Amino acid sequence: MWDGEAAWAALPTVLEGFGITLVATVLGFGVALLLGLVLALVGRAAPRWVAGPVNAAAAFVRSTPLLVQLFAAWVLVPALDALVLGVLVLGVHYAAYLSEVYRTGIDSVPKGQWEACTALSLPRRRVWRAVVLPQAVRNVLPPLGNYAVSMFKETPLLSVITVHEMFHEASSFGSTHFAYLESFTLAAAVFLLASWPTSVLVRRLEARLAKGA
Amino acid sequence: MRREPEDTVAGPEDGVAGTVEAVRFDRVTKRFGEHTVLDGLDLAVGRGERVTLIGPSGSGKTTILRLLMTLERVTEGVIHVAGEPYSHMPSGHGERGAGAGPGGPDPKAGLVPASERYLAARRRGIGMVFQHFNLFPHMSVLENVVEAPVHVLREGKEAAAARARELLGMVGLADKVDARPTRLSGGQQQRVAIARALAMRPEILLLDEVTSALDPELVAEVLDVLRDVARATDITLLCVTHEMGFARDVSDRILMFDRGRIVESGRADQLLDEPTHERTRAFLRAVR
Repeated sequence: MWDGEAAWAALPTVLEGFGITLVATVLGFGVALLLGLVLALVGRAAPRWVAGPVNAAAAFVRSTPLLVQLFAAWVLVPALDALVLGVLVLGVHYAAYLSEVYRTGIDSVPKGQWEACTALSLPRRRVWRAVVLPQAVRNVLPPLGNYAVSMFKETPLLSVITVHEMFHEASSFGSTHFAYLESFTLAAAVFLLASWPTSVLVRRLEARLAKGA
Repeated sequence: MRREPEDTVAGPEDGVAGTVEAVRFDRVTKRFGEHTVLDGLDLAVGRGERVTLIGPSGSGKTTILRLLMTLERVTEGVIHVAGEPYSHMPSGHGERGAGAGPGGPDPKAGLVPASERYLAARRRGIGMVFQHFNLFPHMSVLENVVEAPVHVLREGKEAAAARARELLGMVGLADKVDARPTRLSGGQQQRVAIARALAMRPEILLLDEVTSALDPELVAEVLDVLRDVARATDITLLCVTHEMGFARDVSDRILMFDRGRIVESGRADQLLDEPTHERTRAFLRAVR
């Protein structure tokens, strides 16, 4: 059943797809990190008439499937390059989750830290930038890492909007060479090789932070 | 070393113009829900005066400091600092006029609750040291002390660092400038917090049970530093403490609180040695 030659032949195509997968993950997560932070800050510090709708929009994004969002975006904004669109949808989708993670981190900063800032008359902007966010982000590094891994594993969904990421490439190689088993196995192996060490790193980080290093 | 003579320290009922007063509470009430923590408090503290607040926990002492630091807002009444309204600010048009209601003129005449912006400009002259230090754990000791002078007072980084080193030397921590606060003992952390507060050159320093969270053997090093501060500066000091020896050493005046009211006030030695009020006697017996 297993055709070693076909697997070997599929490797370059799969790896090329992996390049796109990485790009989508890194850029998508970058968007999610930034936008998630903005959402968390708006939800927390903006007046109610701004925060309310923004929070509702984030809840809406969280409660609809990524696959549906990808299709919807694909139909609504056909002019945009598939990869760019994919990165944006991934970023927005995960931002809705990361904003909650940030919020947890912000809430974990003790009240005394805020009070010290008031006692020192630090301006609001400086309070967030220098005191609250550095501690908040540190407290939620492990969940942030877990979301990065999980976004990485969801990138095959981008194939439905014709992004040539790894799953898409494996699939098209499989259909042209009748070697689905080989190409998909390769793709799975690459996913495993990339995400497993990352989750180990995240777990180590978690353990280190738990020890209060 | 300028110290105002005792007799310039007047209660608000004496009608002295605001200029000699660092702080004046004018019929201040603070409620948390149904619970009244301060009940129509009148209190005046002179410039450079050292006042210690004692009394059972829950008697409202700490709330006075927290109101002054704007960590809480008054429910009723007005706080003045340096002769100017502080908890409130002048409104463009005094909607209430200065009519004398029952119990004297309305302290809030022509004033509205202070905006965050108004407070931001005014609270700079006040510093606070907390029971639990509240140092920034992700910054070094030096960064903790330099943060506010650089970003609030706009001091140059070099100058601020030099002064921070000087202050840290004064509190006996010259060799810890690069350490993380979490590596320090409680006493050391509290001394850093004192240096951090002083770096803002406050005119008024609030000390909120600064030794209560410390192991007994670390209390003395913190109190010694504060005695030095009291001796070497003319800073106005408001202090909540259970350390009666310290209260005696630094205070010009001690106020005994119970249930949101001052039950007795007097010179330190007089109040500690010859308390007249039964509540004060009972309290002093209990803490000694």
